[in-house]
Amino acid sequence: MAQKNIAGHTVDVDAEGYLTRPEQWNRAIAEALAQELNLQLTDAHWKVIEFLQSDYRERGTVPGMRRLNKVGGFATKDLYALFPDGPIKKAALIAGLPKPASCV
Amino acid sequence: MSTNSPDRIRKVSIIVSRGSLDGVYPGLIMANGARMEGIEANLFFTFFGLYAVMKGYQDKIRIATVGNPAMRVPDAKGFPLPTLLGALPGMSAFATRMMRKEMEKLDIPPVSEFIEMIHDAGGRIYACKATVDMFHLKPEDFVPQVDKVLTVGEFYELSAGAQIIFT
Repeated sequence: MAQKNIAGHTVDVDAEGYLTRPEQWNRAIAEALAQELNLQLTDAHWKVIEFLQSDYRERGTVPGMRRLNKVGGFATKDLYALFPDGPIKKAALIAGLPKPASCV
Repeated sequence: MSTNSPDRIRKVSIIVSRGSLDGVYPGLIMANGARMEGIEANLFFTFFGLYAVMKGYQDKIRIATVGNPAMRVPDAKGFPLPTLLGALPGMSAFATRMMRKEMEKLDIPPVSEFIEMIHDAGGRIYACKATVDMFHLKPEDFVPQVDKVLTVGEFYELSAGAQIIFT
């Protein structure tokens, strides 16, 4: 298991940089991970991140786009604007969650 | 991340030529999946595939229960459905309903919603001019997500640098 030093913390990550132990996540780590993706987190980003985390806690899986639309209330367009080129992958990475595992 | 490797796919052009449920969905899933990976995606609908982008027909796309030797009942590991039974009125609608229920559980959207999702994700959606002419269709027959009716030449032009996938 690889380790990575980020925002002054040492965290366990997989080969693609996703945190493997969600309890190691904190907001400073999220900010630093976002910066690596050239993103500056705003309140709108945080709403998505927090929804992903609470939905993951509830169901044990990263939600797909339709669930983000219908349950989270986020529009597809807005998600692509906030996290360009791969909204769920990027948001999940920043949120300290595993790589999304669904096809849709 | 692996998304920066030089040989990653950057652009796909997906052709949807069939109008059955199993003819339409793979192309939609691939186009949506491409956008989710940051890959540029063009969807080109031709022949019966056009029904996926025609107003009033999008969500009437069904599974073929005749001429589909892989079709089994009541589920994927059940018995092969005899062609004569598959031809009974309502069989195709029934099989489609069953399949839709499973898709709903997986959050795979109905065709109309899926097309909207792909369009909102930045995927571009085109209709084939030859088929539009052959079927006597007009621009107003299509859902608003259709960006343009294209000739095959224009399709190749906008597919420069793309992988072309025919479904």
